[in-house]
Amino acid sequence: MATTTLEPRAGAYRRSWVIDWLTTVDHKKIGILYIVNSFLFFFAAGILALLIRTELAVPGMQFLDQDTYNQAFTMHGTIMLFLFIIPALSGFGNYIVPLQLGAPDMAFPRINALSFWLLPLGGGLIFSGYLFGGAAAEGWTAYAPLTSDQYAPGVGTDLWVIGLTLVGTASILGAVNFIATIFKMRAPGMTLFRMPIFVWTVLVTAVLILLATPVLTAGLIALFIDRNYGGSFFDPSVGGNPILWQHIFWFFGHPEVYIVILPAMGVVSEILPVFSRKPLFGYRAFVFATVGIGLLSFSVWAHHMFTTGSVFLPFFSFMTALIAIPTGIKMFNWLGTLWRGKLMFTTPMLFALGFLSMFLIGGISGVMLASPPIDFHVQDTYFVVAHLHYVFFGGSVFGVFAATYYWFPKMFGRKLNEPLGKIHFWIHFIGFNLAFFPMHQLGLSGMPRRIGDYSPDAGWTILNLVSTVGAFMIAVSIIPFLINVIATFINGEPAGDDPWEGNTLEWATTSPPPAYNFDRLPPIHSERPLFFLTHGHGHAAERPEDLEEEPIAEEKAGDIERREDPLV
Amino acid sequence: MSARTMQAHPAGEHEAEAAIQHGGSGMPTALLGMLLFIASEVMFFGGLFATYFNARATTPGVWGPPEGAHELDIALAGALTVVLVASSFTMQFGVWAIRRGDTGKLKMWTAITLALGVLFLMGQLYDYSQLGFGIADGVFGTTFYTLTGFHGAHVFGGAVGLTIILARTLRGQFSAKNHVAVEAVSMYWHFVDVVWIGVFSTIYLLR
Ligand code: HEM
Ligand SMILES: [Cu+2]
Repeated sequence: MATTTLEPRAGAYRRSWVIDWLTTVDHKKIGILYIVNSFLFFFAAGILALLIRTELAVPGMQFLDQDTYNQAFTMHGTIMLFLFIIPALSGFGNYIVPLQLGAPDMAFPRINALSFWLLPLGGGLIFSGYLFGGAAAEGWTAYAPLTSDQYAPGVGTDLWVIGLTLVGTASILGAVNFIATIFKMRAPGMTLFRMPIFVWTVLVTAVLILLATPVLTAGLIALFIDRNYGGSFFDPSVGGNPILWQHIFWFFGHPEVYIVILPAMGVVSEILPVFSRKPLFGYRAFVFATVGIGLLSFSVWAHHMFTTGSVFLPFFSFMTALIAIPTGIKMFNWLGTLWRGKLMFTTPMLFALGFLSMFLIGGISGVMLASPPIDFHVQDTYFVVAHLHYVFFGGSVFGVFAATYYWFPKMFGRKLNEPLGKIHFWIHFIGFNLAFFPMHQLGLSGMPRRIGDYSPDAGWTILNLVSTVGAFMIAVSIIPFLINVIATFINGEPAGDDPWEGNTLEWATTSPPPAYNFDRLPPIHSERPLFFLTHGHGHAAERPEDLEEEPIAEEKAGDIERREDPLV
Repeated sequence: MSARTMQAHPAGEHEAEAAIQHGGSGMPTALLGMLLFIASEVMFFGGLFATYFNARATTPGVWGPPEGAHELDIALAGALTVVLVASSFTMQFGVWAIRRGDTGKLKMWTAITLALGVLFLMGQLYDYSQLGFGIADGVFGTTFYTLTGFHGAHVFGGAVGLTIILARTLRGQFSAKNHVAVEAVSMYWHFVDVVWIGVFSTIYLLR
C-alpha cells in the first residue's frame, strides 16, 4: 500500500517513537493511547475492588478501617466510570469513527490530543489524594454535606474536584470533536442514514456529554467554592441547600449512565450482524431508539432522589419507565439480528452476547428501581450495587472487551488468540455472575451499600463470601487476556485487512491503516458498504464495468486542509 | 491490500459529487466547533443560574446583600451593560469589515471592542471593591459572586481571544476569504454578551 505518498514528511527527519507517541495528533494513535490509559486505570480501580471484596468476605474489619474503606469505594467508582469506561469507549470512538466514516482524521486533531492528555493529568490528581493524607471518601456521588469542609477537611476531596473538572473538560472537548467530525468529515456517499450504528451511538453520546457534563462542572465549581472560599451553596446552616447538589449531580449523572452504555450498545450492534452474517435488524428503528434514549435521559434524573421526599414521584417514575420502550426496541433489534442468522461464536461475539444477557438483567432491576415503592425499600442497599454493576460491568465493560477483541486485528494487524479469548470470556462471565448476582439477594435482605463491616448474625456472610470468590475469578480472567495480548504481539496470527468479513469501512483499508487511513474508498450505498462488495447482490463485484479504479489517495492526504472551508 | 477495496462504482459518482457538495457547503468546521463549545457553555451557565434560582427560592425573607452591606449598584451595572452591548456591535462591525476584505477597519473595530471589554472588567472589579460584602457572606453573596465572577472570567477569555485576533490582524493574516478565527471569536463574544444580559436581568432587574 502506497503509504509513503501520504506522508509528506516521511523520511524527512526521524524522531524517537516516544516523542512520536507523546506528540501525536493522529486519531489512531490517540485512540490507542486512550485505550491503554483506560486499561491502566481499570487495573488500578480493579485492585481497589479486590480490596473492598476482601474486606467484605467475612464479618469484621480485617485490614481496612472505616475511612480507608470509604476511600476505596469512592476511588473505585470514580476511576471506573470517569477514567476507565468513558475514556475506553472514547478511545474506540477515536480510532474507529473516522475510519467508519471514510475520513482521514478527526476534525480537530490537536484538540483531540489535548482531550487525551487531560485524562492522565486529571486521573493522577484524583489518585494523588492518597499521597496527601487520604483520597476523597464521600462516594462517587459526593453528596452534600459529606463533602463540606467540616466533614471532609482533607485535601483529597479538593483534588477529586479539580481532577474531575479536568476530566470533564477533556470529555466536553472530545464531544465537540466527535460531533464536528461526524457532520463534516463523512466520505462521499456516506449520508447520515448510511452511517454505521457505532457512529450513531457515538454521536448521541457526544451530544449528551456536551449538554450534561458542563452542568457537573458548574456543580463541582460550586462545591469548590463552598469548601475553599466560604461559599454556602450546599450548606443549610447559611442558607444553602444540600438537595441542590443532588439535582445538579443527577442532572448530569443520569445522562452519564447513557454516556457509558450507548457506545457499548453501538459496539454490540456492529458485532452481532457481522457474526450472524445478517444486516442489523431494523437499522432505522435502532437509530431512533438511540436518539429517543438520549432525549429522555434528560428528564429522569430525580429517580435517584425518590427517597429525598423533594421530587415529584409520578413524573420521574413514569419518564423512567418510558425509557424501557426504546431500550426494548433495541433488544428486538439485537434478537432479530440473531434470529436465523449463521451464528459464529468468536470471542467478540461471546462478549457481545454476554452484553445482551447481562444488560437485560440490569435493565430489569432498573425498571424495578424506577418504581418508588420498590425503591423505598432497596435504595442504598446492595440491590443498587447489583443493578449498577449489571449495567456498567455486564453492559459497558463487556462491550469494551468485545470491542477489544473485534478491533484489535485492525489496530495491530494481528488477531488475538481465539482459545485464550474464550477462556477469558468464560471465567469472566461466570466470575461476574458469582460476584454480582448474590448482591441482589443481599440487598433485598437489607445489606446497605458503602459499609466496610457487617454483623455475623445478619445472615449475609455466605453470599458475601461467594461474591468475593467471584470477584477474584474476574481478576483471574484478566490473566489469559494479558497473556493473549502479549503473545499476539510476539507471534500472533496475521489478520489481513478484513479478518471477520466486516460490513463497515474500517475493514476496507490495511491493518493497521496508513496515516490518513485510505488509499481508496469503496462506493457507499448503504450502512454496509463492504458487505455488498463482498457478497454481490447485483452490486459492484459482479459487473466488470464497475471495477474501474477511483484513486483518491492524493486528495485524501490533503483532506484535513482541503475540507476546511476556504474561509480558514 | 485486497482487491475489492480497489473497486469503484460509477453509479455512485453522482451521489458522491452531491455528497461532496453538500459536505463542502454550510458552516466551516471551525465555526461548528465554536458553536458546539458555546452550547456546552450555555449548559454550564444554566447550572450556575440554577443554583442562583434555587437559593433565591429557598431563602426565607428578603433576597439581597447581607444586612449592613451596600445595596447593589444598579446604575454602575447598567452602564457596564451598555458598554458590553456596545462592544458586541463594534465586534460585528469588524466582522462585516473583514467580510468585505477591509483589514484596516477590522483592526480598528477589534481594538475598540477589546478596549470596551477591558473597561467592562475594570468596572466590574471596581464594583466588587465597593459592595462591602463577599463570597462568604451568605448564600446571596455566594451566588452573586459566582455568577458575575464566572461571567467576568469568560469576558477575560474573550479579551484574550480578541488580543490574538488583533495581533494576527496586525500581521495581515486575515482576508475576505480567510478569517474564520474572527468569526469564531465574534461568536464567542456575542455569547458572553448575551450571558451578561441574562445575569444583569436576573440579579439586578428581577430582584
Ligand atoms: C472486579 C470487578 C468489580 C468488583 C468486584 C466491584 C465491586 C464493587 C463493590 C463491592 C462496590 C460497593 C462498595 C460499597 O458500596 O461499599 C462497588 C461500587 C461501585 N462500583 Fe464496582 N466493582 C467492580 C467493577 C466495577 C466496574 C467495571 C464499574 C464501572 C464501570 C464499577 C462501578 C462502581 C460504582 C460506580 C460503585 C459505587 C461506588 C460508590 O458507592 O460511590 N465497578 N463495586
Ligand atoms: Cu438514572
